[in-house]
Amino acid sequence: MKLNDEQIERYGRNIILKEVGGSGQERLLESKVLIIGAGGLGSPAALYLAAAGVGTIGIVDGDRVDLSNLQRQIIHFTGDVGERKTESAKEKIEFLNPDVRVKTYDEIATSNNILDIIHDYDFIVDGTDNFPAKFLINDACVMSGRPFSHAGILMFYGQTITVLPHESACFRCLFLGPPPPGSVPSCREAGILGGVAGLFGTIQAVEALKYILGTGGLLAGRLLTVDTLTMSFREIKVKKNPRCPVCGENPAITSLVDYEQEACNLKI
Amino acid sequence: MIAIVNGEMEEIDGNPSILELLAIKNVERPDMVSVELNGVILKRNEFGSVKLNENDAIEFLYFMGGGFN
Repeated sequence: MKLNDEQIERYGRNIILKEVGGSGQERLLESKVLIIGAGGLGSPAALYLAAAGVGTIGIVDGDRVDLSNLQRQIIHFTGDVGERKTESAKEKIEFLNPDVRVKTYDEIATSNNILDIIHDYDFIVDGTDNFPAKFLINDACVMSGRPFSHAGILMFYGQTITVLPHESACFRCLFLGPPPPGSVPSCREAGILGGVAGLFGTIQAVEALKYILGTGGLLAGRLLTVDTLTMSFREIKVKKNPRCPVCGENPAITSLVDYEQEACNLKI
Repeated sequence: MIAIVNGEMEEIDGNPSILELLAIKNVERPDMVSVELNGVILKRNEFGSVKLNENDAIEFLYFMGGGFN
């Protein structure tokens, strides 16, 4: 594809970066990124990816916008309460940048649909809010060789890692399986500062952009943990785990698992 | 002895098991953490038997959930 005059103006601040340039911008416009969860992480990720000119953005979410979401889920506005999150997100993205084609999946990712959905995308952003989904996304991405960005947030804290399947540590290399129900509080129970979600969703968007551009150093093999109360950032080097049940030498998990959703995370 | 716990060099009394170290560090629920010892992720059933040694580097990795509805 060739950039038109309007695109050269719109993406000028990208194009001027030597790591992007005209050819990088064209690559972004031809790329496809999937965001699973249009919530606290997915909102800023979707907006930055759309603004940057990622040509196709997929949004997976089965929920509707709730008033209590608006404190952090910045792609949804007051007038969207009650609307499907996928539709609300699609509308904002299209307002922001008509170059972007938005595909919506108004459903929860499960072992039945996830492989079909992720198949079409270059990079996946995990913006989900629960461990069953996080393990499902990890396993599906590892099994189908799709790179993805993981992030988890709680209160004033968060952590994120980028996974290049079979090259760098996956989520299961670090956490062999979900924690026992009730052992880890959810944001619903413990709270989350909206800006912390924004910080991590933005990091996920930047990782997706760098992956597409093939530039810089990804957060692969490095778990970034942040305590925003003290604003301290720390990086933990993590190796691929030979005993990993999904990407290790002798994987015990060869098909997708739907873990039970923890009762404390269910919407009542 | 000296060990590096979560990136900080620390003086630790004796040579505790991982489970004992988690208690020393006030981690009430070992279920909540994954433990990386010298770059290797331990299995949960090894926490009681594996001991911390001089100059070991240990990291507690915490489960952290997500964006939340």
